[in-house]
Amino acid sequence: MGYHWNWGIFWEMSPEGTGTYLDMIIQGLRMTLITAALAWAIAFIMGSAIGVLRTLPGRAAPLLANAWIELFRNMPLLVQLFLWYFVFPEVLPAAWGIWLKQLPGAAFLTSVIGIGFFMSARVAVQVSSGIEALPQGQRAAATALGLTPVQTYRYVLLPMAYRIVLPPLTSELLNTVKNTSVALTIGLAELTARARAVQEFSFQVFEAFTAATLAYLVINLIATLAARWLEARVRVPGYGRA
Amino acid sequence: MSNFDFEIIHRSLGYLFFEGMRFTLTLTLLSALGGVILGTLLAMARLAGGPILSAFAAGYVNLVRPLPLVLVIFWFYFLVPYLGQWLTGASRPIHVGGFASALITFIVFEAAYFSEIMRAGIGSIPRGQSAAAMALGLNYRQSMRYVILPQVFRIMLPVLLTQTIVLFQDTSLVYVLSITDFLGAASKIAQRDGRLVEMYSFAALVYFVFSFTASQGVRYLRARIAVPR
Repeated sequence: MGYHWNWGIFWEMSPEGTGTYLDMIIQGLRMTLITAALAWAIAFIMGSAIGVLRTLPGRAAPLLANAWIELFRNMPLLVQLFLWYFVFPEVLPAAWGIWLKQLPGAAFLTSVIGIGFFMSARVAVQVSSGIEALPQGQRAAATALGLTPVQTYRYVLLPMAYRIVLPPLTSELLNTVKNTSVALTIGLAELTARARAVQEFSFQVFEAFTAATLAYLVINLIATLAARWLEARVRVPGYGRA
Repeated sequence: MSNFDFEIIHRSLGYLFFEGMRFTLTLTLLSALGGVILGTLLAMARLAGGPILSAFAAGYVNLVRPLPLVLVIFWFYFLVPYLGQWLTGASRPIHVGGFASALITFIVFEAAYFSEIMRAGIGSIPRGQSAAAMALGLNYRQSMRYVILPQVFRIMLPVLLTQTIVLFQDTSLVYVLSITDFLGAASKIAQRDGRLVEMYSFAALVYFVFSFTASQGVRYLRARIAVPR
């Protein structure tokens, strides 16, 4: 192949004047991790709430939960980010919209909220399927013991439901990390965007993308091992397949 | 918000659908087809290939799945010209169009996901069936072709279609290569005429209607074709 490899590129100073090309990749990695962590916090909290709503008796709560899930599942993440970034400030009262657009971390804030809400629909589906996987008798037994609905979820249903869906939740967490790369379209300086910038400055395409690829693989490996450790740690001895 | 311009949407419908949506749907269907074929081969390699072949298939899936699609799109956008040069023996990296580059990317990327679906599907067929096929004198190819895979496709059809809906949404990411897919078309008009609110809202609505309708269809299909066991 007529491509000139130069792995030494990472130790050369970047034209941005803030460090080497390797520093650019590391800054990108840091941005990816911070964005993903905050987005995951939103996704986990909102997703759990929506997932619980979906399993409540009656019709209104499940309907609301399903509407939320369908809304955020049926639009591409990229389109959702554009809605938050370009459309949302315009539909607000003018003064708020201008304030929002001039916020220094607008791309970061948009990414956290956009990816967080997008992922919340997926977390909600997992959480509700975890609750539904529990034997009906558990809810009945909790009621018979005199637990309120809140107590039933807090002490009986959710602790087991989370254990059941720990593996799919782990992959949703990893999806959150991967999805932060979509935010490069609104200017977030995350890992893929920084790898792209290294490529544009240095013309070393494949070295730059290899660095980003390795970083994603390492994140994946660490998260998978951590999840495996957590699964073993929170396992309830003798309980089903969990 | 008071000056929402429906006229701009109306005027660009032809461009949006005949240029943009046609690209999006063509890319989705061809990628799904290619992805299912390559994914099925990968799944078979992993389950029944020799040690080298099955390690390769497992390595492929485990390499691709942790990567974000955006990064893979960039990888192939730059890699495919060099691969083409290597394959054709040309003297310099060959020129590859946006569609071909995107199609190769999506087939390669989605195959990793489709192969996991097919692997689960093949695993769900009772062992006795392949044993019975062997006992009837069918070789591996024939037992897959006539006994196992027809059932796997039937059982897994809803999952394959759901993954195709995800793929349909994911094709919007070719935006990063400035390709005129549906979102790219909407974005070009939005930026040309300064009508971001109208065009992006409309694009969101169209994606929603397509995906929602398709997923309701899959739900109906799931109930219709369930294999009674």
